[in-house]
Amino acid sequence: MEFLRPASWEEALAAKAEHPAAVPIAGGTDVMVEINFDHRRPEYLMDLNRIGDLYAWEVAGDTVRLGASVPYTRIMEELRAELPGLALASHTVASPQIRHRGGVGGNLGTASPAGDAHPALLAAGAEVEVESVRGARRIPIDDFYTGVKRNALEPDELIRAVHVKKAGGPQQYSKVGTRNAMVIAVCAFGIALHPGTRTVRTGIGSAAPTPVRARAAEEFLNAALEEGGFWDNGKIITPSVAKRFADLCAGACNPIDDVRGTAGYRRHAVGVMARRTLTWTWESYRGAGRTTEGAA
Amino acid sequence: MRVEFTVNGQLQQADDVWEGESLLYVLRERLGLPGSKNACEQGECGSCTVRLDGVPVCSCLVAAGQVEGREVVTVEGLADHAAQRSRGARACGTPLDEARAWQARGTDSGAGEGTPLSPVQQAFIDAGAVQCGFCTPGLLVAADEMLERNPDPSDADIREALSGNLCRCTGYEKIMDAVRLAAARQSEGV
Repeated sequence: MEFLRPASWEEALAAKAEHPAAVPIAGGTDVMVEINFDHRRPEYLMDLNRIGDLYAWEVAGDTVRLGASVPYTRIMEELRAELPGLALASHTVASPQIRHRGGVGGNLGTASPAGDAHPALLAAGAEVEVESVRGARRIPIDDFYTGVKRNALEPDELIRAVHVKKAGGPQQYSKVGTRNAMVIAVCAFGIALHPGTRTVRTGIGSAAPTPVRARAAEEFLNAALEEGGFWDNGKIITPSVAKRFADLCAGACNPIDDVRGTAGYRRHAVGVMARRTLTWTWESYRGAGRTTEGAA
Repeated sequence: MRVEFTVNGQLQQADDVWEGESLLYVLRERLGLPGSKNACEQGECGSCTVRLDGVPVCSCLVAAGQVEGREVVTVEGLADHAAQRSRGARACGTPLDEARAWQARGTDSGAGEGTPLSPVQQAFIDAGAVQCGFCTPGLLVAADEMLERNPDPSDADIREALSGNLCRCTGYEKIMDAVRLAAARQSEGV
């Protein structure tokens, strides 16, 4: 094994072009486990810790450009206002020790269906900025996950940043596990209200081969909200609408039975989380946007 | 490969390090500092917690090559680290020989007397927060870091800060007592 230690982003791209099999390592949450357990012996290990750019974020206009290695700790502490869904998801990642090292780039690189950031990124409608010596491109999050632990990266590409619109409305994130810390999600659910476009987006984790959106549920809810004039009148979401939304979210799952839970349990739990998080976000929208109307 | 980094305030060198090796392995097997414990090797248990550039991390998840030129504090250097902090001075460090010879010798009669302890170490002894002791080094490093950041932690703060450290003996109550005790002593300047 050879240890590559690029000092800059350009050096990293050059190294990845020369050695497409090189495995990038930043927080080590996934890569080191595979090496410690002898599940993987990459020919080249490429340390990204020295590339300061990956640890920076900037808020420009209505978008946050989040460096791939910005630790979850920083996201949950410093980007709660701009990226509330991702901040909540970040807080559910493992433990303080892991959150100090791990970032969204690693979650995306591994592309595990159980990665905690994915539902929040799907719900927010993020874009992944990837680059190789051939050039840079932005991959919409909807096109990023291509299979179990597979993503849309080319062999010579590295993940540089994630672009996420600043939240224009309430966002929520929910995760099911046996305890609060140190759990891999049994399943997880993210939701974001986008009042600007009058749409709701969702993300489901650990309940299908890849992280997925509940598209049919979103379409149903968007139509129901529009039809009922909910965005303007700020009424309480009708229980039947919430239930139908929850059922459609459960229906969007394609889960398996495994040690963490059965497929049936996952479907059920996603439905419960969908109904709850919809209620939380909608109540927050009603409360913030319309303090008098319909509040009783 | 060779890795040079600062351990407990002093520059150290490890040779013949395999490229896939963890920081934990380098500390234990190459530098002779077995205080950081090797249990799960997957970041689940927190027994291997050390400070890397001030931040608590699982040393089993840090590749050795990633620490080149960086600063690590292990449980063996915790007493010195805490002492320097309370004096407001920069740590001069714990030499490797001293760190290797370091033993927990508290001021209670059972544990002997002598070697100075950090306040959090003394509090663990006084509160009876140590049973088998395997998780203790990681808990000490994590608790000490929290008290550095947050001198007056709530119970929720303590639980959150220690949520990445598993203990299978104590049921955590004595550990909570110990950290509360250390915080109280720290605030009283004891």
